[in-house]
Amino acid sequence: MKEFLKNKKKPVQEWKRYSFFPGCTLKTSGHENTSSLLKFCKKVKIKLFELEDWNCCGSSSAHSINHEVGENLPLRNISLIPAGMPLMIACPSCFIRMKQAYLNLKKDEKLRQKYEEDWKTVFNPNLEIIHFFEIFSRIKLSDYIKKPRGKLNNIKVAPYYGCMLFMPPDLRHGPSFHGLMEKTLSGLGADMISFGYRSKCCGTYLSVAKPKIAENAVNEIVSKAMEAGAECLVTACSMCHLNIEIRCTIKDPIPILHFSELLSMALGAKSHKKWFPRHIVDPVPLLKKRNLL
Amino acid sequence: MIKLGNNRGKFIYKIRKQSGVNFSECLHCTTCTNSCPFLEGMDYYPNVVLRLIQMGMEKEVLESSTIWICVGCNTCCNYCPMAIDIPAVMDSLRHLALKRKVRIAEPDILNFHREVLNTVEKYGRTHKLEIMLRYKLKKKDFLSDMGVGIKMLKKRKLDLTPSKVKDEDAIERIFKK
Repeated sequence: MKEFLKNKKKPVQEWKRYSFFPGCTLKTSGHENTSSLLKFCKKVKIKLFELEDWNCCGSSSAHSINHEVGENLPLRNISLIPAGMPLMIACPSCFIRMKQAYLNLKKDEKLRQKYEEDWKTVFNPNLEIIHFFEIFSRIKLSDYIKKPRGKLNNIKVAPYYGCMLFMPPDLRHGPSFHGLMEKTLSGLGADMISFGYRSKCCGTYLSVAKPKIAENAVNEIVSKAMEAGAECLVTACSMCHLNIEIRCTIKDPIPILHFSELLSMALGAKSHKKWFPRHIVDPVPLLKKRNLL
Repeated sequence: MIKLGNNRGKFIYKIRKQSGVNFSECLHCTTCTNSCPFLEGMDYYPNVVLRLIQMGMEKEVLESSTIWICVGCNTCCNYCPMAIDIPAVMDSLRHLALKRKVRIAEPDILNFHREVLNTVEKYGRTHKLEIMLRYKLKKKDFLSDMGVGIKMLKKRKLDLTPSKVKDEDAIERIFKK
């Protein structure tokens, strides 16, 4: 009996292995997002192997103006995925492109033949392509952390999903991410603020070509979160984070944090000194006020 | 009196074949328009674009700014009661607009897309700094976003050197096809 109780107290978690597709934004401008994500995965015993020699998924531009390129860029990445390891993608946009390309391959026999010829590979019908959020249905955070409640000291967080809750028709049968940030962060002791703009698109590339439109969208998101009483905004996407930070023009905006940053801080990661200097709105005063640093 | 397009059937068939959308499914409930976050930049509302396609008014649709302003955030097609994939329609319309060489309502957005693909062709991955610089150079406008650019460089949000794919031939093959 004693032995049983002892075992129950300390569930031994094995290391899980995932292939990892960072995508251009996480690799080149969202370093703090990547680094906190890697930290978090290490804390929950997930070993990530970066996909060897991956290329851009095509982003919004390829499928907008060049159908063939938009189709083939993700296919090369799919041909690189090692068998037996699920591929994890942390960028919502890359996830949609890659998963859609994979589903197209499954549906379309002609495309499959072309793919096998082009990339000298055999189509693997059992590949798993998942978004980072799906990790939370595979692990239980409480197995990796003592007393999860209270870790985030009731910091008032407004979750911002951007367009990631909306999927194209083919992908709607997959898992839904509605409420995942709320559930996870409130489980770690944050106070979640609900506000109506959590899934309003940040404007993506309009930020470059139509800055005024992006500015209006971003200002609306941040000011509504502030009106609702949030102390910070948490984003799930590195691109949204960048857009909100650079295009927000309201006075004294709240800091914008990456979901992965809050997660790894709750799990006791100490390397946050490298992350916060890269934020335009400095989150350090807020985090100090909440005794999180 | 509304004059319908001449090649109505052909045009609808083309867009339907590419996007997989059956245009007689649209009820014009305007849910797409009501959920769209970027109406302010559009000349025709999303449901109007669908109506114009139904009426075969090719020129009006292909020259509209809506097809370029749409970023494909999928909000409309998630709320649509008929689950019409509007972003896929916009993609098909953009491709057709480029093919037909009609007047592009938002040349800046097209230039941006071209610069993105330029860096992907060169490095296999996007390189934000180069995209921004080349885009600005083409537009001959360096002053408007100077502050934002400096802010980004200061916070090291723009990497100076690109991240590259080793297998350059593979990327070249993708773009040559």
